[in-house]
Amino acid sequence: MAAADSTDTLVSIQGVTKDFGGTLAVDGIDLEIRRGEYFSLLGGSGCGKTTLLRMLGGFETPTSGRIMIDGQDMADVPAYRRPVNMMFQSYALFPHMSVAQNVAFGLEQENVVKSERDDRVAEALEMVQLGEYGRRKPHQLSGGQRQRVALARALVKRPKLLLLDEPLAALDKKLREKTQFELANIQVKVGITFIMVTHDQEEAMTLSDRLAVMNAGRIVQVGTPGDIYEFPANRMVGEFIGTINVFEGKADPENSAVHCPALPCPIVMEDRVAAESGSQIAIGIRPEKMRIRKAGPAPAEAAPASNFLAGKVEDIAYLGDLSIFHVRLADGRIVQVSRTNITRRRDEPLTWEDAVEVEWDPQAPVVLHQ
Amino acid sequence: MTDAAADRVADSPALSTSRGRLIGILIPTAWLLLFFAIPFLFVIKISLSEAAYSVPPVSDFLIWQDGWPVLQATWANFALILDDPLYLQALLGSLRIAAISTLLTLLIGYPMAYAIARAEPGMRTPLLLLVILPFWTSFLIRVYAWSTLLQDQGMINSALMWLGVIDDPMRMLNTEFAVQLGIVYSYLPFMILPLYATLERLDGSLLEAAADLGARPATTFWRVTLPLSLPGMAAGCLLVFIPAAGEFVIPELLGGPDTLMIGKIMWQEFFNNRDWPVASALATILLLLLIVPILLLDRTQSRAEQG
Repeated sequence: MAAADSTDTLVSIQGVTKDFGGTLAVDGIDLEIRRGEYFSLLGGSGCGKTTLLRMLGGFETPTSGRIMIDGQDMADVPAYRRPVNMMFQSYALFPHMSVAQNVAFGLEQENVVKSERDDRVAEALEMVQLGEYGRRKPHQLSGGQRQRVALARALVKRPKLLLLDEPLAALDKKLREKTQFELANIQVKVGITFIMVTHDQEEAMTLSDRLAVMNAGRIVQVGTPGDIYEFPANRMVGEFIGTINVFEGKADPENSAVHCPALPCPIVMEDRVAAESGSQIAIGIRPEKMRIRKAGPAPAEAAPASNFLAGKVEDIAYLGDLSIFHVRLADGRIVQVSRTNITRRRDEPLTWEDAVEVEWDPQAPVVLHQ
Repeated sequence: MTDAAADRVADSPALSTSRGRLIGILIPTAWLLLFFAIPFLFVIKISLSEAAYSVPPVSDFLIWQDGWPVLQATWANFALILDDPLYLQALLGSLRIAAISTLLTLLIGYPMAYAIARAEPGMRTPLLLLVILPFWTSFLIRVYAWSTLLQDQGMINSALMWLGVIDDPMRMLNTEFAVQLGIVYSYLPFMILPLYATLERLDGSLLEAAADLGARPATTFWRVTLPLSLPGMAAGCLLVFIPAAGEFVIPELLGGPDTLMIGKIMWQEFFNNRDWPVASALATILLLLLIVPILLLDRTQSRAEQG
C-alpha cells in the first residue's frame, strides 16, 4: 500500500493507443502501476478503460505504444503466456466443468503435479470460502458464489498481476458492499497487484490505493481517492466523483478571491488562485463542506464579507445519516448542501421554503480547470 | 446460500405464461399424433397381417367369427426377417454406411461450421446461404449429377486420365464409396446448421478465459470449444444418421448391386414384391433401431445437465 516504493513499478504503460477502425478507444496513455497496489481505472462507458485492461491481458494489441510488465515488453507475448490473470465481467466459468475443475484448469496448463494441484485448488477455494463447493457445477451456484470461483480461478495461478473487469457489477447492492471488503482483504492477503476497471466511483474509492479517472480514451487524473475527491484536476473529475457545486467568476489573485455574479460576496480561498487577474474561472465546493442555518429575523445585520450565500430551501433529501438540502439562490440556480444528522430529533427546524444562509471555510473551495 | 434461493425465486416463471406454454406443448403433440403416431400404428398393423391378393394387398387384421371379433395377428413377417440373413445384412449395412458417412460429415462439417461462426458477423449470413444453396435444386437432380461425374467416362476420370494420374478409369459409380459420397454431399447442410448454431452462441469470453489461464489455442479447442459444442454435434449427427440409414434414392442411383441398404429392400418389398407386411415389419424394426440411440443420447444429456 502506501509503503510501496514509488520506484518499484510493476506495470508500465507507455504512449499506448488503440485505434478501432478510425475510433481512438485509447488515446496515448502513459501510466505506471506499482507492485502490490490496488489500482482502479474509473470512467463512464466508452472511455477506453476496458480496452486498456484487455490490452494488459493480451486480448487486444495496442496500435502504438508499449506495455511492460515486470520489466518485460509484452508486445509479442500472447495472452496464454503472460504472467497476468483476468477476472471477467461475466466470470466466464466453464459451464461443463465443476468448480474444482475450473480452478484447476490454469494449473493443468502449467503442468503442476496432481497432488500440488489439488492442494492449491483446495487452498484457493478455502480463501474465497467455497471449500465445500468443489464438486458443484457453475450453474448450481449463486451469482456471488460464481464471482468468488472466478476470483479463486484467477488467483490460484499466483499471477504477478490480476485484472478485474467490473468484478462487482453483476451483484446486487448489499452483496456488492460485502464483497468489496472481501476483495480488499484478499488483495492484502495475497499481495498481488490488482487492476480493476469500474464505472462505479464508490467502488473505486472504497477499494483502490490509487485510481485513474478516464474520459474519451485519455487519463484525466491519477491519484489516491483522497486526492481525486478533494483536489479534482478539472470540472469533469469533480462532477464525476461525488457531487460538487460549481460557481463561475472572475479571478482576483491578489486577494485569493473569486468574484461570482451569482453570489452576494466573493469566494475567498486559502490556496493561491493561480489565474490571471480578471480571467474567468470555475470554483467547486463540495456539499458536505458547507454549513446551512436558518436565516436570522433581522435582515443581514452582520452578513459575512465572504464565503456566504443566502437562498430558500427548495428540496430536502433525508437519507437518515445525512440530509441534503437543495437551496435556490436568487437567480434560480440550485446549490446542494449536506448536513450530517448528529442530533436525534423529531422536528426538523429547516423545512421547505425556509430562508437559509450557507457559509463555508476558506479551505473548502477548489479551483476547477476546464 | 440465501442468494442462491433468491436466484431461484427470480427464475420462477410468471403465471400468465402457463396457458401459452400449454398451447405450445399441445400443437406439436397433436401434430405428432396425427402425422406420425397414427400412421405408424397402421404400419404396425400391416406388419402383423398376412399378405393377400387383394386391395390393399393384406389380409384383414380383425375378422368376425360367429359374431365375435378375432384378432388375426401374426409374427411371421418379423420371423421371416430375422430368419433371412439378407434382411439383417441390409439393416446392418445401412447402419454401417450411415455411421461412416455421419462421421465423415461431422469431420467435414465441423471445420466449416467453425469457420462460419468465427467469420465477420457480416459474412456469416452469405456463407450460411452458400451452405443451403444446393437446396434450390432438386435433390434427385443433384444426386443424379454425381452419377455422371463418377461414371467411367465421367469428368473426374477423364480429368485424372488427362493429367496422367491414372491410365485406366477408376470404378467409382455403383460402389459403396459413391453411396457414401452421395450421403455426405446431400446431408452436409444438416450437420453444419446445428453445429453453427451452437458454435455461434459459444461465449467468446470462455475462450479468452482459457487463454488467460495459460491454455494454447489447441488446448482451448479440445477442452472448451469441443465439449461445449457436443449438443450441436449430437443434433447434427442424428439429423444425418437417421435419414441416411433409411436412404433409398442415393443407393439406388449411385450404389451397386452389392450395396445392400434397407431403404432399397423396403422399396423392393413394397413395389416389386407387393409384400406390404414384410416391408412394414422392416420399417418397424428400423424405427426401433433408430429410436434406441436417440433415447440413450437424451438420457446422457439430461444427466449431464443435472451435473
